[in-house]
Amino acid sequence: MQIFDCPFCGERDETEFHFVSEAGKVRPEPACQVSADTWAAYLHVKQNVKGAGREVWRHLSCGELFVMQRDTTSMVVIAVEPLRKSRP
Amino acid sequence: MTRHYSALTLLKEGLAGQRGWRPAWRSPQPQRAYEVIVIGGGGHGLATAYYLAKTHGIARVAVLERGWIGGGNTGRNTTIIRSNYFYPESAALYDLSLRLYEGLSRELNYNIMLSQRGMMMLAHSEMEMELAARSVNAMLINGVDAELLGREQVRALAPILNFDADARFPIFGATNQRRGGTARHDAVAWGYARAADALGVDIIQSCEVTGFVREAGRVVGVETSRGEIRAERIGVAVAGSSSVLAALGGYALPIHTYTLQAFVSEPVKPLMDTVALSPGTGVYFSQSDKGEMVIGGGLDRVPSYAQRGNPPMQEAVLSGLLEMAPALGQLRLMRQWGGAVDVTSDSSPILGPVGVPGIYVNCGWGTGGFKAIPAGGTLLAHILATGEHHELSRAFGMSRFAAGTLIDEGAAAGIAH
Repeated sequence: MQIFDCPFCGERDETEFHFVSEAGKVRPEPACQVSADTWAAYLHVKQNVKGAGREVWRHLSCGELFVMQRDTTSMVVIAVEPLRKSRP
Repeated sequence: MTRHYSALTLLKEGLAGQRGWRPAWRSPQPQRAYEVIVIGGGGHGLATAYYLAKTHGIARVAVLERGWIGGGNTGRNTTIIRSNYFYPESAALYDLSLRLYEGLSRELNYNIMLSQRGMMMLAHSEMEMELAARSVNAMLINGVDAELLGREQVRALAPILNFDADARFPIFGATNQRRGGTARHDAVAWGYARAADALGVDIIQSCEVTGFVREAGRVVGVETSRGEIRAERIGVAVAGSSSVLAALGGYALPIHTYTLQAFVSEPVKPLMDTVALSPGTGVYFSQSDKGEMVIGGGLDRVPSYAQRGNPPMQEAVLSGLLEMAPALGQLRLMRQWGGAVDVTSDSSPILGPVGVPGIYVNCGWGTGGFKAIPAGGTLLAHILATGEHHELSRAFGMSRFAAGTLIDEGAAAGIAH
């Protein structure tokens, strides 16, 4: 069992977490001007990096969405950072 | 000259002290140039090379393999073969594969130990029985053999399954494909390798592709750990490593790489002579010729290139197995392993060009590549030889993602496949 670090809750079992997406994807806008190829690339294409990469994960228990930097071969977690912004 | 394998050869060698056997394929030095290079010495790559030489008469072919042939997913799967798919495009593809498998031992003169012992997908409720009937009807319309079994028919085929009244996933019945079954996975790789080699194909192991050579906007060869090798066209059939090659080649794929695990138990006497899958747990198992239970389940939850599994999915698969066949709880596990599989958005493969002139791919088979080896090889060979899609591969081109014509077998089957 691997332990992941939720930025809000701290260390929890990996089964409490869900992989959401690769980090850094930006939704193309405005929708009426987006070509089918651009939209398909946004929906489907992945970098699928072998080694260190940035991913969006959700901690299912508290709902926190965060970026996890993780090595996809060694499974080592390099860093986590919240996507949530602090209240101004 | 490749020696013909037969009962007579076996007898002669037995009498002569087994001293006449020769390696089944050569280990040549790479030449400077070929007509076609196939990257990936798994089942799909070796089959592609074989059909290029056999069907299309293109023998100046090299298969480049980073490790050893058949050492990736071809040697890591649970050896199940079936074509019981829902959509007509998939049924045509996978049934071509099954038909080729049915004649493969003879065609390759290599015993792939095809055992058409049948393959059942269980149904656990009245509602699942209705969906099972719908699946069977779809398969029959697709021209694939299928039958709907009731509870007692399932019990007759596989009494080891859990028929308790208080089972968490009670068995109401099953869909069954009698032509489905298993084959010896290593033999498929070795058989294609030997037959391709006999037709003049160079199989080059321990040769890692590290880059592509470009001239005038076209890929004209590859950089490898054993030097530059040129070719007019390049086929890429590297499963879980597809995105790594895509990054080198400058194209993008809709693929995520996950680990898929499998398990075998210690060998026991025969108690399961078919294959059964439970949608309730996502677990399936069969018994190998040696007597081991061969057990598989769903993907690991975490995207990964590690060719090993993680414990949460091991727990899910093994607890699912014990729900499915409680008597197996007495067995000890002998081995557990993982393979890196290439999963697309719609759980269907990608065949054909990728937008970089000179490169053609065969990837995205996800958890079900082994059963598709003869078809994947036939279709990539056709595309490499003619530059055009085969009638059966067209629907599986990259253009389906922009066109929105996905072939969503993952959703149709309700489970990973």
